[in-house]
Amino acid sequence: MNAHTNDDHGIGHVSPIWMLLGVFALLIFFTVLTVAVTYVDLGPANIWIALAVAVVKGALVGLYFMHLRYDSPFNSLILVGAFLFLAVFIGIALMDTGEYQQNISPPDTVRPVAG
Amino acid sequence: MSSENEHTGDTGHGDNHHPAHLAHHFETPEQQFESGKLGMWVFLATEILMFGGLFCAYAIYRGNHQDVFLYGYGALDKMWGATNTVVLLASSLTMAWGVRAAQKGQQKLLLTMLLLTFMGGVGFMCIKGVEYKAKWDHHLFPGTMNAFYYEGGQPKYPEKLEHAIAYIDGRNLGGEAHGGGGHAPAGHEAGDEAAPQEDSHAVEHDGSQVGDEDARHLGSVSPVIIPAVFGAPADVSTIKPPASPADMGVNDAVIDQAGAVSMPSAQHTQVLWNDLSGAEQKKVHLFFGIYFMMTGLHGLHVLIGMVLIAWLFFKARAGAFSKDYFAPVDIGGLYWHLVDLIWIFLFPLLYLIH
Repeated sequence: MNAHTNDDHGIGHVSPIWMLLGVFALLIFFTVLTVAVTYVDLGPANIWIALAVAVVKGALVGLYFMHLRYDSPFNSLILVGAFLFLAVFIGIALMDTGEYQQNISPPDTVRPVAG
Repeated sequence: MSSENEHTGDTGHGDNHHPAHLAHHFETPEQQFESGKLGMWVFLATEILMFGGLFCAYAIYRGNHQDVFLYGYGALDKMWGATNTVVLLASSLTMAWGVRAAQKGQQKLLLTMLLLTFMGGVGFMCIKGVEYKAKWDHHLFPGTMNAFYYEGGQPKYPEKLEHAIAYIDGRNLGGEAHGGGGHAPAGHEAGDEAAPQEDSHAVEHDGSQVGDEDARHLGSVSPVIIPAVFGAPADVSTIKPPASPADMGVNDAVIDQAGAVSMPSAQHTQVLWNDLSGAEQKKVHLFFGIYFMMTGLHGLHVLIGMVLIAWLFFKARAGAFSKDYFAPVDIGGLYWHLVDLIWIFLFPLLYLIH
């Protein structure tokens, strides 16, 4: 409808195509990487590498596809806040779960085998 | 749509001729756009917290029962999971591109991109369907229907359990980058082999593996799995010394005789049924509970996202959006990206357990 189309004018940030494609290529690269790493046995490091790669991918999606990098920082604050509370939730739950293990009798010793 | 875009954001006063899409409690289109986005982000935060409950369940359960996860994840197909990741990432790309098209007033491109994004959702759900079907075929249902479900210390569905054990053990032996294949104990239901899995591989074992593991797995490959499950005396070769005092004397010597050992998970990636302790064997069904709840809730979000995108498509086709008013596309896009974001975490946590 409008004849003049100008990237820098108007509402919101317009992502250039090269950026979208670049982010997509990175996301695919990290997907291949995270699958490839599972074929190498690094012991407990595997899960942390997988999670780190997921965080990087998530950050790419959030920053570029979801425009957070160009948005009002308040939106990022909400997202980061959600993750922080999630970390508190899961962190404290995990700290707690180990605390009672020695008080729990293995089910097989206490419970008679019922039919 | 009519006479919009005669102003560029400095309309604090001329209230009477604001564009049709500007609700009159907002001063400028920018303010309206930013407010809408802020609201969406608050909603997305609650979504993250909702999924967070499931991630918490996952973390606690995996932290306490690593071998159960190593065992149960054998039922999942890494390559399908990776394919679905790529599908969802691609649909995220088309969605972001669609937002760009909307911002630039490129009507046709916007419609194309919305359609492609929708097709991405269709593709994702189809692959998910193929995966769920494979679970269904082997009685790996959620909840108390699961083949691994125990009731009162006894397997609720002994025959289905036997089948599911054969299925997962077979996959765990053959599914990795190892040469070995699955095995089919007597009584294994024929006809379920149709699923595109590694079930039907030869029983021979690739000799080039780590020796220790080899011995262990060769031991449990033999069909003694059945006696182990049904309480008959297990073959001597499957009885291993308890690894730690905690595992000793735990089991009611009948059922769990063969499986009384829990293994240090870090040393091997293949866990077979008999590697699980008796207490762990009774918890395997919970892995599938977590798997189905996490992927199910996520799948529901994909479906909701697809409905949103379809709605955006028809609105866009009716000419509802312009480069001055594209907030619904942007906000719908945020939802779709969040679905993608959650999958980015689900994929390694469920499919890439090591």
